[in-house]
Amino acid sequence: MSAAGEPLLCVEKLHVDFPTEDGVVKAVDGISYELGRGRTLGIVGESGSGKTVAALSVLGLTRAQGAQVQGRILLEGRDLLSLSEGELQKIRGNEIAMIFQDPSSALHPLYRVGAQIVEAVRAHQDVSKAKARERTIELLGLVGIPDPGRRVDDYPHEFSGGMRQRAMIAMALANEPKLLIADEPTTALDVTVQAQILALLERLRDELGMGMVIVTHDLGVVAEMADEIAVMYAGRIVETAAAETLLKRPEHPYTWGLLRSIPTLAGPRVEQLAPIPGSPPSLIEPPSGCHFHPRCVYAQPEHARIDPGLEPVQGDPSHRVACLLAAGERKRIWEGLR
Amino acid sequence: MTRYIIRRILWGVLLLIAVTALTFVLFRVLPTGDPARLRAGRNASPQVIAEIRHNLGLDKSLLAQFWIYMKEVFLHFNLGFSYYSSAPVRGLIANRLGATVSLAVGASIVWLGIGLPIGIVSALRRRTLLDRASMGGALVFISAPEYWLGLIALYLFAADIGKVKVFPGAGSYVGLTSDPWKWFSSLLLPWLVLAAGSAAIYARLMRSSLTETMGEDYIRTARAKGLSERRVVMHHGVRAAINPIVTILALDIATLIGSAILVEVVFNIPGIGQLSYTAITHSDFPIVQGTVLLGALFIVVANILVDIAYAYLDPRVRYS
Repeated sequence: MSAAGEPLLCVEKLHVDFPTEDGVVKAVDGISYELGRGRTLGIVGESGSGKTVAALSVLGLTRAQGAQVQGRILLEGRDLLSLSEGELQKIRGNEIAMIFQDPSSALHPLYRVGAQIVEAVRAHQDVSKAKARERTIELLGLVGIPDPGRRVDDYPHEFSGGMRQRAMIAMALANEPKLLIADEPTTALDVTVQAQILALLERLRDELGMGMVIVTHDLGVVAEMADEIAVMYAGRIVETAAAETLLKRPEHPYTWGLLRSIPTLAGPRVEQLAPIPGSPPSLIEPPSGCHFHPRCVYAQPEHARIDPGLEPVQGDPSHRVACLLAAGERKRIWEGLR
Repeated sequence: MTRYIIRRILWGVLLLIAVTALTFVLFRVLPTGDPARLRAGRNASPQVIAEIRHNLGLDKSLLAQFWIYMKEVFLHFNLGFSYYSSAPVRGLIANRLGATVSLAVGASIVWLGIGLPIGIVSALRRRTLLDRASMGGALVFISAPEYWLGLIALYLFAADIGKVKVFPGAGSYVGLTSDPWKWFSSLLLPWLVLAAGSAAIYARLMRSSLTETMGEDYIRTARAKGLSERRVVMHHGVRAAINPIVTILALDIATLIGSAILVEVVFNIPGIGQLSYTAITHSDFPIVQGTVLLGALFIVVANILVDIAYAYLDPRVRYS
């Protein structure tokens, strides 16, 4: 690929293992994806699918938890996994920023909101405290905090949940990162606030031209914002495609399950939502063959033996799926489910 | 906040009255030596004893004695006179307060200076040899009684009887104002002995508090900002982990006055502890009562200080 067409972020065969007393937890089991500048990737999956670990590993934040990380994570061609802790610190919060699920625990309870953002500014820019404070007030205004000149001196507990997440976003934007990773950015918030935060993220992404990775269990969140979607199950990507394609013509039984478990207000009221039976598998000893086969109602006996690779769907090379069912059969089943 | 503090102070005074009453009852009701007889010496005639009893006011009813005592203490800050030497208790305590405060404050500095860094390092290097060694060592010092540790320390290091003569031995204490260097060197060993147990406890406290804090989301946020690990630990981790420790610190320093008794006796330091120890053996109630009251005062004041400090340390705490 030429330098101009080089993706912003390129993750290749990423493995993240956590050694524990019960065995090695394979939280991320060989995932690969690419993200272009200004593009948004949604990573979707249940709790325990490894999606958060995959996101944290990009920033090298799983190192502190004793993870063993393998593969390559290229930011504009530079392999982040080969960097020292000191070199990574220059990238964190500067070129790549992150916002987290629960803004009430992600902000330090004992420091003023403004001081925490000032710290982020001064971590990467050699500016005076007064300058950094000016910039902080500007950032708070940018993310829609009313009266930022006064609220800059509030403590986190004086902010509402939505305002805290706005403050986290302001902190993440402090150094105008090229890539923003949002880990379940709206999960801990009220529904009305969720929509506001998503709209804010979308606006800022477009204004600043950031690439964005949104990690969520909620297909509704990524349906609106993401250009591409990757569905994760048991540490692997089982299906990936352009957002519209994935939502309209999903190929993997797990994706079907996710789509069918979303309640809709529009259209006739269905009698019951269709939950996915069973629970996420152990990541210490994942199921043999296709990891999803114990919960898949279409599984055949041989699916317990054969491990499917991520293969392109016929006619659309950007749409890839890891499923052992025949293409025609998948199409027929999905038509029936809709 | 002001209203809260005033309320706390009023409660404190009430508590002190209760403590005074309790010690009064304890020492009068429980069987101890008769102070008049002790003061009269051997082979004293019953008349002499009766006269002493009258002079000390011990022939009045218990209730009357109690009333007189309370009135003197709380209205005139007069703690009475020693049964034994007739010296005013307030003066006796004032003379010895310096030594005890020197001992307690110095020991607290030593214990924090040793305990907290060990706790921090242990928390960051969990399950390493260093961590296990310091936590094992801590257990030894927590279990060792101060008087035993004191005697061992003297046996090993005292200038007069020690195997390795490095520190001045027992009875070498001088006031800070008369000779600062001698004051310092004579207290070094007592500080270490008195601080050992607390340093060990605080190392363990700090370790568990910081271990918990380092798993918090805001630590991850601090790392995600690109801060150095040193700043993450000290500015974000330790700052939050120290709060619960400050809460108990003031109380522990106040109760340290109690453990100081044994160390003062072992090292022959003329402090409050030694004063009360001698007073107990002589059934010298006014002194015992005075020192108990002083101890209670320390604890009440420490409690109020902790609450005030907490409001400053944790912005989420606001008293109304």
